[in-house]
Amino acid sequence: MSAEPEIVLRLRGITKRFGSLLANDAVSFDLRRGEIVGLLGENGAGKTTLMNILFGHYVADEGTIEAFGQPLPPGEPKAALAAGIGMVHQHFTLADNLSAADNIILGTESLWRLRSSRAEALARVRQLSASFGLTVDPQANVSALSVGERQRVEILKALYRHARVLILDEPTAVLTPQEAKGLFATLRSLVAQGLSVIFISHKLYEVMEVSRRILVLRSGRLVAERDASKTTQAELADLMVGRPVAEPKRKPQDPGPVIAELAGVSVMSEGKLLLDGIDIQLRSGEILGLAGVSGNGQNTLAGVLAGLYSPSAGKITLDGRPVARLSPRAAVRRGIARIPEDRHSQGLIADMSVTENVIAERYSEPPFSHNGLLDWNEAREFANAIIHDYEVRCPSPQALVRLLSGGNMQKLLLGRVLSGNPRLIIANQPTRGLDIGAVAYVHGRLLAARAAGAAILLISEDLDEIISLADRIAVAYRGRISEPLMRAAADIRTIGLMMSGHGFEMIRPEPGHAA
Amino acid sequence: MRLEPRSDTPLSLLFLYPALAILLSFLITAFLVLLSGASPFSVFYLVARGAAGSSFALLETLTRATPLIFTGLAAAVAFRAKLWNIGGEAQLYMGAVATVALGTGLLPLPAPLLLPVLMAAAVFAGAAMLLGPTFLKIRFGVDEVVTTLLLNFIVILFVSLLLDGPLKDPMGLGWPQSPKVIPEARLPRIIQGKRLHFGFIIALAVAAFVWFVNVRTTTGYEMRAVGHNAAAARFLGIPVDRVMIKTALLSGGLAGLAGMSEVSGLKGNLTLDLSPGFGYAGIVVAMLALLHPMGVVAAAIFVAGIFVGADAMSRSAGVPSYIAQVMVATALLTMVTAVMFTRYRLRWG
Repeated sequence: MSAEPEIVLRLRGITKRFGSLLANDAVSFDLRRGEIVGLLGENGAGKTTLMNILFGHYVADEGTIEAFGQPLPPGEPKAALAAGIGMVHQHFTLADNLSAADNIILGTESLWRLRSSRAEALARVRQLSASFGLTVDPQANVSALSVGERQRVEILKALYRHARVLILDEPTAVLTPQEAKGLFATLRSLVAQGLSVIFISHKLYEVMEVSRRILVLRSGRLVAERDASKTTQAELADLMVGRPVAEPKRKPQDPGPVIAELAGVSVMSEGKLLLDGIDIQLRSGEILGLAGVSGNGQNTLAGVLAGLYSPSAGKITLDGRPVARLSPRAAVRRGIARIPEDRHSQGLIADMSVTENVIAERYSEPPFSHNGLLDWNEAREFANAIIHDYEVRCPSPQALVRLLSGGNMQKLLLGRVLSGNPRLIIANQPTRGLDIGAVAYVHGRLLAARAAGAAILLISEDLDEIISLADRIAVAYRGRISEPLMRAAADIRTIGLMMSGHGFEMIRPEPGHAA
Repeated sequence: MRLEPRSDTPLSLLFLYPALAILLSFLITAFLVLLSGASPFSVFYLVARGAAGSSFALLETLTRATPLIFTGLAAAVAFRAKLWNIGGEAQLYMGAVATVALGTGLLPLPAPLLLPVLMAAAVFAGAAMLLGPTFLKIRFGVDEVVTTLLLNFIVILFVSLLLDGPLKDPMGLGWPQSPKVIPEARLPRIIQGKRLHFGFIIALAVAAFVWFVNVRTTTGYEMRAVGHNAAAARFLGIPVDRVMIKTALLSGGLAGLAGMSEVSGLKGNLTLDLSPGFGYAGIVVAMLALLHPMGVVAAAIFVAGIFVGADAMSRSAGVPSYIAQVMVATALLTMVTAVMFTRYRLRWG
């Protein structure tokens, strides 16, 4: 009598090749009415490719898709929409200058209609938002909405188009833990009303918390299907990576002297206060973790210490001496290792070779050049040493960096910045987009640098990363930075609340004093 | 149908595709030659013979290639750093103006002293022409494609003004031309009695110099880095603005040398038809050469050969010599396409 609910989506033998890369290898699964399926896999495992095929952005080389019993024509996003499949992308596709309601209606009305029935649409948006607990002011401009609200607009957009199957691609990447909880509640109420959800993520605990069934993708293949209630995070991690992963151990250690100090540092840019009078101290042998939803001043802070921005107010002290002006070159000379947020477009020059990239910060001085002439032998030796010491997998030092995988790019970058035994390390999102093995490697290197006495500023949106590595934890919110909490005093809940602004009123009663 | 990046390119393709490109460009021009009622084979034969069929033809081709090597290098240097210098024509003319201003008797120096001074002056004048647009680009984000292109017209009019004013040849019977430069300001001929002059040797040396700068110096490294990714270069501590200025000085200077070489080596004076578009043709040469300095020499000789050969061909075959422009243009289009296919592959569906 245990009649399973009807199958709403049936994927059979989906295979997709990009050149020699097999992105999806004969993937088959069913999605049933009223369930949340978690799709778990590392970056590059083929999750996004699979969903793009489902949504008609890509055409599969082999395999078929059925939605509600009808075959879905390949390569037609319109057909997918009409079949009731809605997708919420990782990067939102909203027009900032329109209201939430206009964004939702956009594209649903014929271009030839002279009058848009705004009032009816608005009523429907309100009704949808009430029945699913998706609170958002439909008449607010999207530019004024928080990231969490924008995501709700995206979901409403799909529901407005009568989506019965909702695909969410890494939906929690931009949310605070509390906002993520709110999203999970929404998803539960959606499936309770008969919708089905595919939840794509690489965060184990979230997938376990929200889904009933979990599918694990690895190198394009569906390697496992588990009931969320009958599996563990450890098992899922091993399934995702295909081998056991050992996260490096962190040993307790007393911090040394202060290496860098920022006092009352503010940064103004184009009339905006990006950093608002922040005070931090970075000590030798200590990792200061900086949590926060992206865009709250973390990049500006990293940029100040990397020599990219000059503060408009405040004082920077390095090794006890005040610093008047820090250029990128001066920062490198003073022993600051800079791991930028975006290794593809900032940290490395993808169209240049490994050798050319390893000398990029120090090409203008010996041993890599003398009187303006480059010494390529020295450069190649240095490249070989990094390739060897940092286990960079690449065909040769002459290979273009663009041919390297993300993990190997980051190892190369680590090799470049860490090989000079830096005094201070600015690591901005050092593991974003890396697979679990590479993440463990980067963590190991940072902990080794800490043991060797470097002061480390670790900026991350991944709270787990911060909590597992940092000695002290601060939170960035709207250009301000909280008083750091000691590791023992910090838990996900407290930090999550601070990420949404709790406690910041008390730190500074008069905001915007810098000028 | 769409393009997919190749993860690696087999070496054979790097030779096969450009060869196919040249072949395809010949097929396209053959079709046009047929339309004009001549036999493609005899036309191509006549072009080849006119370009390299005799020592006279070959020397003429090399003479024509000389300014193209300079302007080709100028474009290649700038484009590598993504400084879109379209103003080679203006820089060439300013180099010629400097040569005439100082070389018509103002500096009574012996040749071994005067020639280097004139070269330096031409480099300076050409570089100065690109400095303004580069400064505007760095400081205010003004598009240098527009400014350098428009400067070409301004400079032509400026030269016209000079040739009717301060630089007018008093013995020129009213023609808009400058006086001849003094004999000490003439670049010697390589072979007595032939037009090929020492400017060609200088062009080869300069190409080698540019190659050396690219490969061995920190400046060349900086230019490449800025060209590939200016944002990363800035993050890495490369002084992007200063590199742009350096690039502008080198590029403009090279184009200025073209003007000096034409005046001192070939024409002897400045007229409004000193350059039949060498500045623009230099862009084609640089693209055909894939911005490689040694490739610029080869591409300049190829392009010059087609122009010289087409002149000879049109005299005997009756096909307009404009076919040379078509040949060069199709060669450029097919070559650029071929290069794209060494980096991408076509996928159907």
